[in-house]
Amino acid sequence: MASMRDIKRRQTSVQSTGQITKAMKLVSTVKLQKARGRAENTKPYFDGMYSTVASILARSGNIKHRFLKADTENKKKAVIVITSNRGLAGGYNSNVVKLITNNPEFSKENTVIYTVGRKGQEALLRKGYTVAKDYSECVEEPIYSDAMEMSRDVLNAFAEGEIGEIYLAYTFFKNTVSHIPTIKKLLPVSVDEYELTEEEKKIPMNFEPDEEEVLDMIIPKYISSLIFGGLVEAVASENGARMQAMDSATSNAEDMIASLSLMYNRARQGSITQELTEIIAGANAI
Amino acid sequence: MADDKYFSLEIISPERTFYKGEASFVELTTSEGEVGIYKNHVPMTNVIVPGIVTIHEADGIKEAAVHSGFMVILQDSIKIMAEVAEWPDEIDENRANEAKIRAERRLKEGGAGVDMLRAEAALKRSLTRLHLVGK
Repeated sequence: MASMRDIKRRQTSVQSTGQITKAMKLVSTVKLQKARGRAENTKPYFDGMYSTVASILARSGNIKHRFLKADTENKKKAVIVITSNRGLAGGYNSNVVKLITNNPEFSKENTVIYTVGRKGQEALLRKGYTVAKDYSECVEEPIYSDAMEMSRDVLNAFAEGEIGEIYLAYTFFKNTVSHIPTIKKLLPVSVDEYELTEEEKKIPMNFEPDEEEVLDMIIPKYISSLIFGGLVEAVASENGARMQAMDSATSNAEDMIASLSLMYNRARQGSITQELTEIIAGANAI
Repeated sequence: MADDKYFSLEIISPERTFYKGEASFVELTTSEGEVGIYKNHVPMTNVIVPGIVTIHEADGIKEAAVHSGFMVILQDSIKIMAEVAEWPDEIDENRANEAKIRAERRLKEGGAGVDMLRAEAALKRSLTRLHLVGK
């Protein structure tokens, strides 16, 4: 059995770790509240953008446009990967990375990665992926212009023919306890699942200046809004994941402390009994 | 019925729902020029350029600056998706002024390394802001 001093030392160390994880849990709870509020505020724009683009595409039938045409021949795929800059968030970062590494469609050779978040960048570089650009500095508090910059970069690469498809990998914030790693196709735009309502079908839509110019203008904004929505949701998910991880770490620490103090008391009782036995044996000998 | 002339108007920016209400008339600047829209307009999707949106409500007129976006007009509703939308009291006049001077300088210098389109857009934005504050 370990000595009393060893047990005591271990107990103190577990206790201080428990204090740290508890504090981290509280911090991420507060951050989560804030991030969730932001995510809710951006939702109308995100949804409005999606329904507008989808209804335009559904209504105007088969328009030929460079953003809508799949050009997969010998073209690389670009993936924007949103993770966090800091760890200790359970499986949050590795789950997003796994979306790419476990998917045979995204092989090292034909995938270009744009990363947001240092953890994801490190993991993907280690696996041998090409990271074209990194935007990690904006992951703590994403603003809309970050998303605009990213969409400009990927669209430029798309326009120059370096990449043929664009994906977004992030963690979807379903609610506080459930965060789903998701991969979404940004370009070419695909909104097949969108159904027009009867009312929408009746109204013919006009475009000013014309369809093509409106699409030229709207699609980059649509991409930016999707990226922005992804960023905001990812931040909320990150803090939610960290909160959960720290919560279970804290309760683990409490369990360990309980079993350690049991061990400590046993060791103490053992040493007292031993001392008594020694004294009695000594007294008998005299 | 006085209520009949009102349609629902929504202005949504990425950060928030900027405006939501009933209006009888709205004026704004599109890529084709300034337009004013009443209820029962033909359904249309327009591209918005930096400019002032004037909202005529039942009890008064509201103005706001809107930079780049698009709007979807349906017969009884208008939805404006703007990348940036600001009320007059949210605009920092000094900053807008500086931005204007900076953009003008860049346009004057011209030449290589200057993105003319971006400088022009920046100038338009700052002018819109100043115009709205100056009123």
